Amino acid sequence: MDIHEYQAKELLSNFGVPVPRGNVAYTPDQAVYCAREIGGNRWVLKAQIHSGGRGQAGGVRVCGSEHEVHAAASELLGARLVTKQTGPQGKLVQRLYVEAAVPIAKELYIGFVLDRRSERVCVVATPEGGMEIEEIAAQSPESLLRVVIEPAVGMQAFQARELCFGLGIEAAQLPDATRAVLGAYRAFRDLDATMVEINPLAVTVDGRVLALDAKMTFDDNALFRRPTVRELRDYTEEDPREAEASKHGLNYVGLDGEIGCIVNGAGLAMATMDMIKLAGAEPANFLDVGGGASPERVAAAFRIVLGDPRVKVVLVNIFAGINRCDWIAQGVVHAAREQHISIPIVARLAGTNVEEGRRILRESGLSIITADTLADAAQKAVDALHSVTGGPARLNGAVPGAPTLAGAAR
Amino acid sequence: MSILIDGSTRVILQGFTGDKATFHAKEMIAYGTTLVGGVTPGKGGTTHIGLPVFNTVKDAVRETGATATGILVPGPFAADAIMEAADAGLQLIVAITDGIPAQDMMRVKRYLKRYQRERRSTLIGPNCAGVISPGKAMIGIMPGHIYKEGRVGIVGRSGTLGYEAAAQMAALGIGVSTSVGIGGDPINGSSFLDILERFEQDSETDAVLMIGEIGGPQEAEAAQWVSQNMSKPVVGYVAGLSAPTGRRMGHAGAIISAFGDSAAEKAEIMRSSGLAVAPSPSELGSTMAQVLARTGRSTPAVA
Repeated sequence: MDIHEYQAKELLSNFGVPVPRGNVAYTPDQAVYCAREIGGNRWVLKAQIHSGGRGQAGGVRVCGSEHEVHAAASELLGARLVTKQTGPQGKLVQRLYVEAAVPIAKELYIGFVLDRRSERVCVVATPEGGMEIEEIAAQSPESLLRVVIEPAVGMQAFQARELCFGLGIEAAQLPDATRAVLGAYRAFRDLDATMVEINPLAVTVDGRVLALDAKMTFDDNALFRRPTVRELRDYTEEDPREAEASKHGLNYVGLDGEIGCIVNGAGLAMATMDMIKLAGAEPANFLDVGGGASPERVAAAFRIVLGDPRVKVVLVNIFAGINRCDWIAQGVVHAAREQHISIPIVARLAGTNVEEGRRILRESGLSIITADTLADAAQKAVDALHSVTGGPARLNGAVPGAPTLAGAAR
Repeated sequence: MSILIDGSTRVILQGFTGDKATFHAKEMIAYGTTLVGGVTPGKGGTTHIGLPVFNTVKDAVRETGATATGILVPGPFAADAIMEAADAGLQLIVAITDGIPAQDMMRVKRYLKRYQRERRSTLIGPNCAGVISPGKAMIGIMPGHIYKEGRVGIVGRSGTLGYEAAAQMAALGIGVSTSVGIGGDPINGSSFLDILERFEQDSETDAVLMIGEIGGPQEAEAAQWVSQNMSKPVVGYVAGLSAPTGRRMGHAGAIISAFGDSAAEKAEIMRSSGLAVAPSPSELGSTMAQVLARTGRSTPAVA
């Protein structure tokens, strides 16, 4: 789960990470009020959306008067900000963070991640803050400092000091800087984060250490024990179909293709998408119905997949272990009747109670296209798509086999 | 013998009396697993489906002589259950549970290392389908009937894609020595490499099918190890060719977030390490059949 910058800063400041004075505004008038309350004569307005690269996209404005604050806020609020992470449709700006502008002497980068190689929390830091860490890693990997944290005892003060010295922090700022680093670590640990990034961690001209931007991502599996974090969830930042799917215990990721997928198991779902791609079409989504899927859950899966207007064919691929093919088949039949589905449905069932499942599909009187194998299912789905869209016809019985696939995989 | 389990392995289940565990316990017994009891704190002294229930894993081990456990405890309590099993000295811990917090798993892995290597538990999973040695025993939730007995090892992250592979091989007359699901979480007990090492040692395994997915360094590490250490042929596949960067594909660990995380990159590393990479997920069985024929190992006759 992701949160906004201003929320991350508030959480971090609770753990002793110093941040500039700031406040959230939902209207231009509120933005001016915030600026007045903060005081001074220079402020930064920052669009609050779940995306990096806001600065380059024009989502961060420095203002020198209340008039400028009002004008910038009017421009940003209600606009769609297109960053390199949002896709061309961008994200709607609904709130701004107004902060005191600070004169910066030095910009550092510090990030905490769950490192899969060491299976530990790893701190990555570089004196070249302000840039994207990926760029730094590509351009000057030698400038990256790495510290791996022993999970039994947590981050030690000496590790924070070593990092700060490595970053070129001067003695006068050392206590503040180590406190900030250790505070960010504790926030990571105590809130079950999977990522904390402070970029930049700035040293100001007057010698203060401040987190000027902050990003936090949390472990969905641990939200049950982090009610304060859970409350920060902003549903407007999420794909509504994904949010709806999660309510039904389904795992859905919307993509750009035309073949909707309903599969059990994440690996088989990915493999089904791979087969569609290799057979010459694109999947419209990833969808895992999970274990023990009831007919109701299958029906919900159909509603969500069919909610995407691009979907021209639905491919159901179930290899039942915990699941039962007869239940899945009932769900498919029920959904097809209830939702008056008029587009082709290709269903491939295997595993537990498969005969019963196939019988239910056969005797339903519905024109569900059945398939025996993964290859057969993908080919039939792509053929059905082409018959709907009038796309390229394939040779009869052409199984996505050696020639095309070997070529694609090379 | 197969790896990890066989018919003589004495198994308990933690979270034994829950609905799901009860269902799967019956399936495991029907398949031939020597299930000797279970643990549900507070229900010690009772019996469940004809087997004794214990309050603690230590009690269960003392009374039943169990050496392996299946964890079916809900995510929030599963790390604790795994550590309890390790502390009771169980050799094999198969964690089926999904939804375990990543930092809990980090601590679990650290905890397992506090024991000397000789008495350290092997953890499989979490978030996996389990382990099955066809015709002998299973600790897991897989449909046992789809597996044919044989001499090919399977190791994969996904449960259902593992079933798919086993079914494709069975259709070609190829059987399985042991199939191991290592799970879809970013931090897991045994890696691909850990399992491949065991298959290399196993006299009843001739070749291995390794089914990876996007995210994390384990497939690449394993492939490199194979090229230097493995005498048996390995067929590989990496699911998620069409997965976009930065989007989690169901499994907590299935996300392209770093260099080398994508399916294409991992498949390329497998190929350059000498593995035979299946060109599509519908050719897992046929690729294995080709490799077995080419290397002259247990070429199966289709029944």
